[in-house]
Amino acid sequence: MFDIDKWQEILATIKKNKMRTFLTGFSVAWGIFMLMILLGSGNGLSNGVSQNFMRDAVNAMWLWSGETSIPYQGMKEGRRIQLTNDDYDIIKDLPGIEYTSGRYYISGNTFSYGSEYGNYTAITCHPELKEVESIDIIDGRFINQIDINKARKSVVLGEDIYDALFKEKDAIGEYIRVNNIPFKVVGICKEGGGTRNRNAYIPVSTGQKVFNGSNRLNNFALTINANTLEESQAIEAQVRETLARKHKFDSSDRSALGSYNKLEDVIQTMKIFQAINIFIWIIGIGTLIAGVVGVSNIMLIIVKERTKEIGIRKAIGASPASVIGLILLESVLITTIAGYIGLVLGAGLMEGINFIVEQQYAASAATNGGNGETLFRNPTVDLNVAISATMLLVFAGTLAGYIPAKRAAKIKPIEALRDE
Amino acid sequence: MISLNNVHKSYVTGSNSLHVLKGIDLEIKQGEFVSIMGSSGSGKSTLLNILGILDNYDQGSYYLNGTLVKNMSEKKAAQLRNELVGFVFQSFNLISFKNAMENVALPLYYQGVPRKKRNKIALEYLDKMGLLEWAEHLPNEMSGGQKQRVAIARSLISKPKIIFADEPTGALDTSTSYEVMEILKEINNEGITVILVTHEHDIAAMTHKIIRLNDGVIAEIIKNGDLKHWKHQYAKELETA
Repeated sequence: MFDIDKWQEILATIKKNKMRTFLTGFSVAWGIFMLMILLGSGNGLSNGVSQNFMRDAVNAMWLWSGETSIPYQGMKEGRRIQLTNDDYDIIKDLPGIEYTSGRYYISGNTFSYGSEYGNYTAITCHPELKEVESIDIIDGRFINQIDINKARKSVVLGEDIYDALFKEKDAIGEYIRVNNIPFKVVGICKEGGGTRNRNAYIPVSTGQKVFNGSNRLNNFALTINANTLEESQAIEAQVRETLARKHKFDSSDRSALGSYNKLEDVIQTMKIFQAINIFIWIIGIGTLIAGVVGVSNIMLIIVKERTKEIGIRKAIGASPASVIGLILLESVLITTIAGYIGLVLGAGLMEGINFIVEQQYAASAATNGGNGETLFRNPTVDLNVAISATMLLVFAGTLAGYIPAKRAAKIKPIEALRDE
Repeated sequence: MISLNNVHKSYVTGSNSLHVLKGIDLEIKQGEFVSIMGSSGSGKSTLLNILGILDNYDQGSYYLNGTLVKNMSEKKAAQLRNELVGFVFQSFNLISFKNAMENVALPLYYQGVPRKKRNKIALEYLDKMGLLEWAEHLPNEMSGGQKQRVAIARSLISKPKIIFADEPTGALDTSTSYEVMEILKEINNEGITVILVTHEHDIAAMTHKIIRLNDGVIAEIIKNGDLKHWKHQYAKELETA
């Protein structure tokens, strides 16, 4: 196989037949290039959208109370439903529920530290909210169970609030005022997925105590243990059923108890992406087939064009094996190199697009308070897929060359010589 | 050297069968200078192709240098052609993208001679043909006579025992034709058997033995001594025509 003289003969042939070499190589390089762009774009779109989803846990669910809209057991509609700490204790222990956090709305949220002040949102919560909303701690800690039990006046500041009030000074252990009540800063956080960080978190028990909440709660944020749409809907129905029995309203009354199940959305969106992926693969395979046909075609033409040369070579003593080897090694060499070029160009283009997208993302994040929006991120292709596709084209080119080359090598030299 | 016994050959195209050679018996010895003549369709090129193992035959037997050439594998045939035989064609059959030196050196590639060595030998042979300064030229930059001399150099480089030439002067003008025939004569003087096909009487007359084919059989074999008489007869034929 490795015979310097043979390769020299092949290289000499390639060098002197530039057009033919270019055509063979181009169809392979183009096929791989297009495949890289297609698969890369699909991945980029999919990555971009799933990143937007990652702002909260994908299995998150929210519940909030309102007024009934359906008469129930002799009671008129328009009745207010009030959730309480008891509901929290019940929901927490329902099967299929992973993390639960209750919230009591507090109004008028002026934050101040020294002479700096601003309006932000104070969210009362349980420690589990960290998991539900994918909150990242930058410094210090999140609200913990002791804060809840002792109703401590602890606060975890969103990054933007910290920036505005403290201007890079050390904040942990300092006291800020929320609605003129002093709270101790225990941590600084960022919300998952790079949304705005203008929320502060305080223990729900403290919120109820300090802001006249008694045992009232306004909503629940929870995560559920479900893998399929059916499971998640069953858990949602069970939670609604439980609360409906306790508060005496129709469980289908979405005005009395509102709920949003994120997994439902995620699963549906993922289904769309699966469909898009299948579509991209169909086009990709189509592109590959076009490439295979292109290479095969050119190989057929090359062998036809070289029939007379084969005849001459055979007349002066070339064995059929050496003739086949000459044609196939040339084809393998050209398709491999061309495939590699297509691979590099495709990957390069995708990296370039990635660079521009990341810059735009950073720019939009900067103007929008860290809230970057993009539907397209990290458009790269699995290298294994790209290499397999290249090998497939090389193989197809070889096979397409082998059949006519074998035939040409087998016929009597005088017939090959007669070919014009 | 060459021994043919009752060789038949037909070409089958669809339902038609064309019987080209109808029983050829022929002996050619080492060092002979033979021409095969005949009108078109008499089977002279077919006979040459069979002799050169470029084509197969249907019936009879053909011994080349003591080896029976029949149903031979392409690999074996290629080896035999490479070692024993050199070809010169009417249309030269040079590889168009290789220069003169590379064309001449090609048979040695198939003998496994290293590149540098075979190019050096090729230059020697081109020098013999007076084409040293044309070594780097491609075939389409050369005249017909030059191309045929390159082809002859290529046929000689593997030191064959027999040279087969199919209408070697067919595409050349008279003076170039005579130059080519001079070269073939010199080759023959070195002891190599030369067998050529031609339809030109003056070319055939320069060989030592003429085999006249007529309708697939050997009509007559004219030996050296009879040539003068044959030339005379040929001149008369021309006058009457």
